[in-house]
Amino acid sequence: MRDQSLEFIMAGRRQRRRRWIVVTSLLAVLAIALCCAMLLLGNTIYPVKEVIRALSGEQLKGVSFAVNTIRLPRMLAGLFAGFAFGIAGYTFQTMLRNPLANPNVIGITSGSSAAAVFSIVVLHASETFVSIASVIAGLVTVTIIYLLSRGRAFSIGRLILIGIGLQAMLDAVISYLLLVGAQQDIPAALRWLTGSLNGSQLRELPPLVVAVLVFAPVIIMLGKHLDLLELGEQSASSLGVATDRTRIILILSSVFMLAIATATTGPIAFVSFLAGPIARRLTGAGFSNVIPAGLVGVNLVLAADLIGQFAFEYRFPVGVITGLLGAPYLIFLLIQMNRKGEL
Amino acid sequence: MKPTHLFQAEQLVAGYENKTVIHGVDLAIPSHQISVMIGANGCGKSTLLKTLARLIKPTSGNITLDGKPLAKIPPKPLARILGLLPQSPIVPEGITVADLVGRGRFPHQSLFGGWTKKDYEAVAEAMRIMNITEYANYHIDELSGGQRQRVWIAMALAQQTDILFLDEPTTFLDITYQVEILDLLTDLNRQQGTTIVMVLHDINLSARYADHIFALHQGKLVAEGKPEEVITSERVKDIFGLDCTVIKDPVSGSPLVVPKGRYHLNDAYVSIP
Repeated sequence: MRDQSLEFIMAGRRQRRRRWIVVTSLLAVLAIALCCAMLLLGNTIYPVKEVIRALSGEQLKGVSFAVNTIRLPRMLAGLFAGFAFGIAGYTFQTMLRNPLANPNVIGITSGSSAAAVFSIVVLHASETFVSIASVIAGLVTVTIIYLLSRGRAFSIGRLILIGIGLQAMLDAVISYLLLVGAQQDIPAALRWLTGSLNGSQLRELPPLVVAVLVFAPVIIMLGKHLDLLELGEQSASSLGVATDRTRIILILSSVFMLAIATATTGPIAFVSFLAGPIARRLTGAGFSNVIPAGLVGVNLVLAADLIGQFAFEYRFPVGVITGLLGAPYLIFLLIQMNRKGEL
Repeated sequence: MKPTHLFQAEQLVAGYENKTVIHGVDLAIPSHQISVMIGANGCGKSTLLKTLARLIKPTSGNITLDGKPLAKIPPKPLARILGLLPQSPIVPEGITVADLVGRGRFPHQSLFGGWTKKDYEAVAEAMRIMNITEYANYHIDELSGGQRQRVWIAMALAQQTDILFLDEPTTFLDITYQVEILDLLTDLNRQQGTTIVMVLHDINLSARYADHIFALHQGKLVAEGKPEEVITSERVKDIFGLDCTVIKDPVSGSPLVVPKGRYHLNDAYVSIP
């Protein structure tokens, strides 16, 4: 009897673990396939062999430029930004136990964007400066949201509403800056409205790559802690999580990644909002979903960019496509939460 | 049998930002017993429990576990000795019963790696004690309130602490489930020697299940001891402001509070010796 119940529990858990492994592997395979597609597809479709030769440094007329200067940076920007958006979004949603409590919805991304646009359009600053300014603005936005929503009793509902309000204000700031900005800055600055991988350059990527390589592992390592924070402050704390410290590390890591990704590609709408819930739907909730959420983020960005490039008569930036995907889900969530009385 | 611990609070003052709720409490938790904190709404019993469980930082005073200040013990080792089931834990979406119970194993696990044999055994045992093994692969949202509460207690049991705090574990449950949960907790105490400290709303169930009662009034400990020593009609009047007669519970022999109201003042019916 005892062994039977143990066996029963182990079997169920093993089955869920298998599902997690299968789903995560499939997501990884799909991400790799999309990365290859990003390198192979374009105005001209070069043979695979030539693409590989160009990538390994051989100078091939036409191919080298298209692959190494245009497609590779575009693919890498999408890959790292997608991973960063996915993980950061999932972290916030899980920590605050609400899919709406997301950097994309509560204005953190807009804070970073506003700072980046200001640095570019008004200060004509260097890329490093833009990255630093976005990170600081992201952190300042988080702090403002937190302070304003603290009130007499902290409520996540209030935090979300304040965040949405702040987001609207920051978006207005961005629009204003773009309007008053010099004509020649506008094409580059337009990226800040929708998020785009167009014109990504290799030299812009190091801050993003470093941020993801440093902070993504931190959050992955804290995956179990994050799952416990989801049970609420009191449960997490009595299970041995140093809640304050853990939360600060998680917020700092997410905002760093998010802000630098935003400074590189612009705010790619709704990726951080969609990635977590999709990952959880696919894998279940028994194992940490940090990595699956990151992979869903990569797939969303790369797939949306490919769709934006090739599916229509005109080329659309990736943010337009993800926005089209995300907006209906946002409305659906709002209706659902309103019905449950959570807002 | 679980090891004996000395858990004490001295001159404890605690509360929230600008409101002191606990005004100087001294107490020692009796090891291997079931203690229940009783008192009127707002008397601070829940705050006291949370402060003892280190969820609220005391304003002043000391809490010690085996002579060591509680605040000096790192969170994970402490979570292997002391567990708390909060009043309203939050259910994550889409999680299965077994996985949720397994989260109670956190203080015993390393950062990485899955469940060890020990983890599985602890989860299986906790689920067996709480009679929820058959629901192992159900999603939490498929369970009733009473079943869910057993899942949460199982999570606390999987933590395998020597001391277990529970903040109103029977609230929102039908009387049948209240008795069932309290019976299961008593099993745990009698069979494994787990020290249990809980806040209960129902004074009669408290009297029935407690070995030791802490009576709180306006943030002070006004009485403690065996139920029959603590629960008297005068004291109920003092701390709850309720006129009542205390009789002997015909089933358990513990004190039974029979409240009086404006429409029911007649002593004639309560002349059971």
